[in-house]
Amino acid sequence: MILAIDMGGTHIDGVLLRQGVLLKSVKHEVDRADLFNSIWQCLQDLLQGQEKGEITRIHLSTTICTNAIVENKVSRVGVIVQSGPGINWDFDRLGDNLHYLSGSTDHRGIVTDNFRQSDLQTIRASFQDKGVESLAVISKFSPRNPDTEQKIGDFFADDYQEITLGHRLSGKLNFPRRVQTAYLNAAIADSFRSFANSMLTALAEEAITAPVYILKADGGTVDLDTAMQRPVETILSGPAASFVGISALFPPTDKDAVLLDIGGTTTDIFFLAAGLSLFEAAGIEIDGRKTLVRAVYSNSVGLGGDSYVYQDKEEIRIGPERRGPAVAFGGQDLTPTDALVYLGLMGGKYPQKATEALAVFAADMGLDTEACARRIVTIFCDTIRQRIEEILGHINSSPVYTIRDLLQGKQVKPQSIKLIGGPAKALAGPLQEASGLEVSFPENYEIANALGAGLARPTTEISLYANTERRILSIAELDIYQTIDKSFNLAQAEEIALKAVTRAGLAMGLPPDQIEAEIIESSSFNMVRGFMGRERNIRVRAQIKPGLLYDLQEAEQGGRHESQ
Amino acid sequence: MKANNSLGLIFFPAFDWAISPSHPEREERLLYTQDQLFEEGIADIEGIHFFNPGLAGPADVERVHFAYPDPDSIVTESHYIAAGGVMRALDAVMSGETDKAFAMVRPPGHHAQRVTYGDRGFCIINIEAVGLEYIRQKYPDLRVAIVDTDCHHGDGTQDIYWNDPDTLFISFHQDGRTLYPGTGDMNELGGPGAYGYTLNIPLPPNTGDEGFLHVLDNVVLPVLDDYKPDLIINSAGQDNHYTDPLTNMNFSAQGYALLNEKLNPDVAVLEGGYSIEGALPYVNLGIVLAMAGLDYSGVREPDYYEGKWRQSLRVSRQVEEISDQILKKWKNREKLAAEKFRGRQKVTLPRQVYYDTAGIMESQQQEFKICADCPGLNVIHSANDRGDSLIGIQIPRRACPACQAEGYRLFEETGKMKVKGRFLQDKTGNKYFSA
Repeated sequence: MILAIDMGGTHIDGVLLRQGVLLKSVKHEVDRADLFNSIWQCLQDLLQGQEKGEITRIHLSTTICTNAIVENKVSRVGVIVQSGPGINWDFDRLGDNLHYLSGSTDHRGIVTDNFRQSDLQTIRASFQDKGVESLAVISKFSPRNPDTEQKIGDFFADDYQEITLGHRLSGKLNFPRRVQTAYLNAAIADSFRSFANSMLTALAEEAITAPVYILKADGGTVDLDTAMQRPVETILSGPAASFVGISALFPPTDKDAVLLDIGGTTTDIFFLAAGLSLFEAAGIEIDGRKTLVRAVYSNSVGLGGDSYVYQDKEEIRIGPERRGPAVAFGGQDLTPTDALVYLGLMGGKYPQKATEALAVFAADMGLDTEACARRIVTIFCDTIRQRIEEILGHINSSPVYTIRDLLQGKQVKPQSIKLIGGPAKALAGPLQEASGLEVSFPENYEIANALGAGLARPTTEISLYANTERRILSIAELDIYQTIDKSFNLAQAEEIALKAVTRAGLAMGLPPDQIEAEIIESSSFNMVRGFMGRERNIRVRAQIKPGLLYDLQEAEQGGRHESQ
Repeated sequence: MKANNSLGLIFFPAFDWAISPSHPEREERLLYTQDQLFEEGIADIEGIHFFNPGLAGPADVERVHFAYPDPDSIVTESHYIAAGGVMRALDAVMSGETDKAFAMVRPPGHHAQRVTYGDRGFCIINIEAVGLEYIRQKYPDLRVAIVDTDCHHGDGTQDIYWNDPDTLFISFHQDGRTLYPGTGDMNELGGPGAYGYTLNIPLPPNTGDEGFLHVLDNVVLPVLDDYKPDLIINSAGQDNHYTDPLTNMNFSAQGYALLNEKLNPDVAVLEGGYSIEGALPYVNLGIVLAMAGLDYSGVREPDYYEGKWRQSLRVSRQVEEISDQILKKWKNREKLAAEKFRGRQKVTLPRQVYYDTAGIMESQQQEFKICADCPGLNVIHSANDRGDSLIGIQIPRRACPACQAEGYRLFEETGKMKVKGRFLQDKTGNKYFSA
């Protein structure tokens, strides 16, 4: 049995699942002052009347890390950056405990200039003086050669419990993002560790031994131990929960599709490409910081069922402001929901009030009420369609680097929209008309996010780099650095990458029969150096295929889904 | 970080294409440049945009080349894409999408001449020219300067714009007596319709940063000030670098960046440069930052220190001497042209062109009519050692009615001649014929 909890900004949802069958769901308000307790309450509700021993996994999508960052409740981080030659990025925002270290490593991973050991002594004294609580260490090209980061980490090993080394967070080359990612990781490590420990203690007291998994922004889960090492991966998991949840609520597909979650204030837009998630190109942005944290590609539009409808220069405008609930549900200001209620597409508490508000607005616009209601719905749907087209334009013009990709590159061309949210049923028809795409919606969508958290499987991604001239092989994310012989080739590299990612998947608690390791990028370049023989520069990326642990299934005959 | 000039980057390394597995023009060429640009976080600089290249087609090639037997038979996909990269760069700048653009594409193009039978110096079609003639379809009156800073003479671009007063071509390069392709003497100044609008600055081996910047300050910038182009294109070859395996110059990444900042081109196009680990990652980064108007002071090669490659006094004096002479030629170009062409009806230019990559030897004769009313009709008779032959007739932009009529009459006459290929470029009517 999987117990899953999704904590949002205002609500916390929980579900119990057995092999993809929903057994129970609960919903609470979040106590922002005590996030741990909010989770604990939800968990206990779910467990009521259940056999604790049957719980095999606990999945959490939490805002612990996101909130810590957004509310700036973070540790005092000492940051050591070795930039070397190149762009003079300004990292001033990382605070007073930022130190630039001399020395450099080049793109080949060769240390071209060593840092001064004596500088570390000075930095140590400064950190002690300023009461630094955790450390982030980042050198340029560290995924190619982590020596410098490692040496600095070793130097401070006895001083700090939380030391984040840049190369452990991502094998991708992007120094400024690695700096920000490592900083954030060090900044929230302590908050997350204490949350995790409270969780473990509380579970132990209840004699629950099931392992705990945390949802990541990429729609996969990570085991609690790994999450304590890399808590930054758990930021902004809300959209990921929603994405996985929506995917789960519809039959599996291998086609391109748009997924929409229409809420009160915003509409979230996601895409499936050949049935799989699309990721942000480099990583997600949080609090104005660009990171290397892999994340489901998502877009939020300031347009929802409760968006404020108003008149501007004889035109009807919708949102992004939300003034309150729809008139039909006791609010004061006109919303798209009121238009839907008037048109009989959905029910409301006060349909008469909605009609009155709409009539006044329509008269102002010089329209009859029905035409006005239809106009509002059309504008709403057109805006969403337009936004989808813009995003697709952007996705489909992402840079490519091979002739093959340029000439026959994959283009995302959705044929359908999968829709959830309050007005989903009411908007399905109008949206289908506006977009020309087939629109479908499920009956029960309220627990989508908790379902998403529950059905997400562990995922991970690794980058292998090998150079036969220098006889080195590295997988930065797993801290693997080894020597290879001259005859090392692409086939061997792919084999090593698949094995390594599989091992990582197992370590993260993925059931062995569920591991689908795959190569996502693979290339081998001939290196010709003078008249000496030919060497190879090999780059392989592999991942555990993201997806669902189980497909969502209908409860068996007689089965009953409790909802509170 | 925000760019002061918005910059479109057409970064297309063609990771799946090589002339041959161990050829300098192989998959690996821009691999380390990509590593460096990615690690530096170029894509996260506000105002720097990555664009995919467009795809040039036969019609784009025919505007520039007499391609024998026809474009599709000799032009590879990768050459079409490299030219498409330049087209995309020019589109971005001319439409105002970005202030500047840099086509970091391969293979190069500046050795491809008007007649093309195949690959020459890794070039089959002239990617700058294909791009420029494409954008001139939309903006016909463009006055353009192409400044070629590749270490090899841009002989292809010179040939294409030899007689075009609307396209100023300036090349600085290692002296042709010491390097492929051998041409680019300072007395090569252009055809009768555009004399002085081709300028060659041959530099002695071991010229360093000071020498290049001297040429820029004392020849290129004053000439551009006079010429007042609407658009400056930099053929940004990177083989003047001190680590380049094919050449003997001592230019550095800092030097390249400073040159670019001073030249201030609208569009830069990667040409040659085969020190793929030691030079390209740094030079390309320097050019990107300079074009974006950002601080490039931190960009340097790991083994570089100030003064490492200072040029000798002898080289400095040679460079100063050459610069003075060329600037004089530019200032006196009208007088020089009058002396050179007085009383003549046409100029005939016989020469041999060797295609080193394809292994073809071509003999050709170009004839430029001297016309009082326009740049003048011109004709190329060409044959190669594979038994191919062609006649190419060009009616230039701004041709007078007489030259236009004569062009068509000549094309008609070629039907009776024993040549395998017959071409007519009517640039006034934007019509292209081949038979």
